[in-house]
Amino acid sequence: MIGRIVSFGRRGCEVLEALGRAGQFLAQSAVGIPSREGWYLWLRQVHFVGVLSLAIVLVSGLFIGMVLALQGYTLLVDFGAEQALGQMVALSLLRELSPVVAALLFAGRAGSALTAEIGLMKATEQLTSMEMIGVDPLRRVVAPRLWAGFVALPVLTVGFSVVGIYGGYLVGVEWLGVFEGSYWGNMQGSVDFIGDVGNGMVKSVVFALVVTWIAVFQGYDLVPTSEGISRATTRTVVYSSLAVLGLDFVLTALMFGGFS
Amino acid sequence: MKRSKTMELGVGLFMLAGILGLLFLGMRVSGMAFTAPGDTFRLEANFANIGSLKPRARVTMAGVTVGRVIDIELDADWYDARVVLELDAELEGRLSRDTTASILTAGLLGEQYIGLTVGGDPDTLADGDTIRDTQSAMVLEELIQQFVSNMVSD
Repeated sequence: MIGRIVSFGRRGCEVLEALGRAGQFLAQSAVGIPSREGWYLWLRQVHFVGVLSLAIVLVSGLFIGMVLALQGYTLLVDFGAEQALGQMVALSLLRELSPVVAALLFAGRAGSALTAEIGLMKATEQLTSMEMIGVDPLRRVVAPRLWAGFVALPVLTVGFSVVGIYGGYLVGVEWLGVFEGSYWGNMQGSVDFIGDVGNGMVKSVVFALVVTWIAVFQGYDLVPTSEGISRATTRTVVYSSLAVLGLDFVLTALMFGGFS
Repeated sequence: MKRSKTMELGVGLFMLAGILGLLFLGMRVSGMAFTAPGDTFRLEANFANIGSLKPRARVTMAGVTVGRVIDIELDADWYDARVVLELDAELEGRLSRDTTASILTAGLLGEQYIGLTVGGDPDTLADGDTIRDTQSAMVLEELIQQFVSNMVSD
């Protein structure tokens, strides 16, 4: 019994320690003057986590928009309110689905890759070698990846929304025959640029920070064995998905919960 | 380090696509129109009951949208609702002083909006004036109550 309590306490201390390390890690790698070389490193990472994730994000966005329109239509047509379809598709995408689903896809597509890459660098002692020749691995390896994720995810989220709304248009207007003018008109009447698009962007920036932070920290902090890398990659996806969904509830409550 | 032109181009296009997407969300989805502030003028109207009228509701004339509600507050002197309307500048000086503002409902359960009807007074309303002749929102419960009490008294 005593042993259990002791081990519980030890686990608690370990969690707190890891959190402290993660915070220190973020602070150390996020600052730093970007040089010309650093700018190029950043560009390469944006290419990797952003441009190469575009396909999966856009295709998912299209299908989610189409499904939303289909489901929304069958529900709304019972009330004779299928004209509100555009409003429903746009608001659910902009406020919730785009930031969350794009962040989840991003965690799976880019976050896990970041963890594995940095983890393998650590396991093959590339990070230590960098320190030996006087290059700060936080600035050289971690900072460009952190900032790239920070920029790429909001852009991906915008793409997700645009393609999703277009997917809703395809199903709702072209297929199910909702009047085109009311699809766009109701959308424009109800979507507020600051309140809906802006808050969605705030969400996606927060998710970008959390997901890339978890990914690079898990890579940097793992046990440098092949098993350690596989565990850290799994942890990245699990932790960032949970963090995104949990934070989404908190942010939604703050933005749309009427506490202002 | 090896520099790849296609990669740089890809990132550039990616960022450009993001900006264009945001622009699309602004213009097409939230219907933002970049009108200069000089293109509108304001009128006020006091209503005894605004029902569920909300800021950003439409203001129409003969069914055509000519402006929107920008602010609703309680007028503490009269205990009624003061609604501030923002109308297209082309109507400035063309609405007669006895213009009627009424709160209408789109459909039976739809959103509420304001309808303006012009009167015959030669004087016109200017920026900041108050519309005197107003008609409150139709509140369904009050109508039913009236109907029931009429039935009882008959």
